[in-house]
Amino acid sequence: MIYLRLFWEFFKTGLFSVGGGLATLPFIYDMSDKTGWFTYQQIADMVAVAESTPGPIGINMATYVGYTTGGVFGSLVATLGIVTPAIVIILIIATCLRKFRDSRLVNDAFYGLRPASTALIAAAGLSVVRISLIDTAAYKASGALGDLFCWKAIVLAAVIWVLTNVVNPTKKLHPIVFIAASAVAGIVFSFAGV
Amino acid sequence: MKELWKLFYTFATVGVTTFGGGYAMLPALQREVVEKRGWATEEEVMDWYAIGQCTPGVIAVNTATFVGQKQKGVLGGIAATLGVVFPSLVIITIIAAFIRNFADLPAVQNAFAGIRACVCVLILNAVVKLWKKSVVDWKAFLIFAVVFLGSVFLDLSPVLYVLAAALAGVVIKSLEVRAK
Repeated sequence: MIYLRLFWEFFKTGLFSVGGGLATLPFIYDMSDKTGWFTYQQIADMVAVAESTPGPIGINMATYVGYTTGGVFGSLVATLGIVTPAIVIILIIATCLRKFRDSRLVNDAFYGLRPASTALIAAAGLSVVRISLIDTAAYKASGALGDLFCWKAIVLAAVIWVLTNVVNPTKKLHPIVFIAASAVAGIVFSFAGV
Repeated sequence: MKELWKLFYTFATVGVTTFGGGYAMLPALQREVVEKRGWATEEEVMDWYAIGQCTPGVIAVNTATFVGQKQKGVLGGIAATLGVVFPSLVIITIIAAFIRNFADLPAVQNAFAGIRACVCVLILNAVVKLWKKSVVDWKAFLIFAVVFLGSVFLDLSPVLYVLAAALAGVVIKSLEVRAK
């Protein structure tokens, strides 16, 4: 029963991913390892789509993964799964708001949770690097160290890093601009080699 | 019923005008919920936002549940959440279906190979931003290092790291208090 499984996996994601945005990413990698529903490459594509369409990233990811795995009904089930724990927890907190905010226990737990969440997202980012900037298959086939790196992709990544961190007028641009420009660069310089 | 529909509709508007979630949602929330509807004050929105950031789940959903609950109780919370989620469901499903049908075209494959390089940088930027707020001292760095190395080299569920890190936070802080 793939729908039940989808709901359960995203229920867990909603319950344990703290901090929003890409916090769902490590859980989706874990899902890929355990279920084989989709590849790492597909996850990277989903991130791009989730970032460049309206709506919260976590919800977009859930909808996309759900659709890829179980069609329209799958996308509905995955989204309901990720949303359910948040609704329940917030409804409980809303009734005792003051106590929650001032609780020392809650603040202490978050002191530990925040760096852990950062680390999980960083590790997920490393998985994206492995499939987009490095080509282990080509390296194994030829043995030449130069084949290990996808040079075009690395140059593009370096350019985007400079544009998003150093150059002033482009720093504040929305990610969708860089995603669109990268798509064009990918086509013009045939990044996938096809 | 009319109130519930209004909550749904308002948060669908917030969802469709937000790109990227998180802080990106704040301006849309202020415009729709504070200025247009008068459902909350500026300060209340900030409060909900802070709590939404430190409770499990997607921040946008947490905030929507809060506003809805305040207006119309439990049903209001559910209506607002379904509203904020609705545009994603429609838009992403259409795009996912589209990509599936065109995934074999060389142009699409090349475009996504380029996009993936960009995604690397976007994730790196997000991590750097989070790092500044989360790795505040050497103990926090230790938690970061253990979780990072663990999730790169071991095959454990992220759930375990989240639970262990929350526990570590409580233990570290109570030891600090005792040392004083």
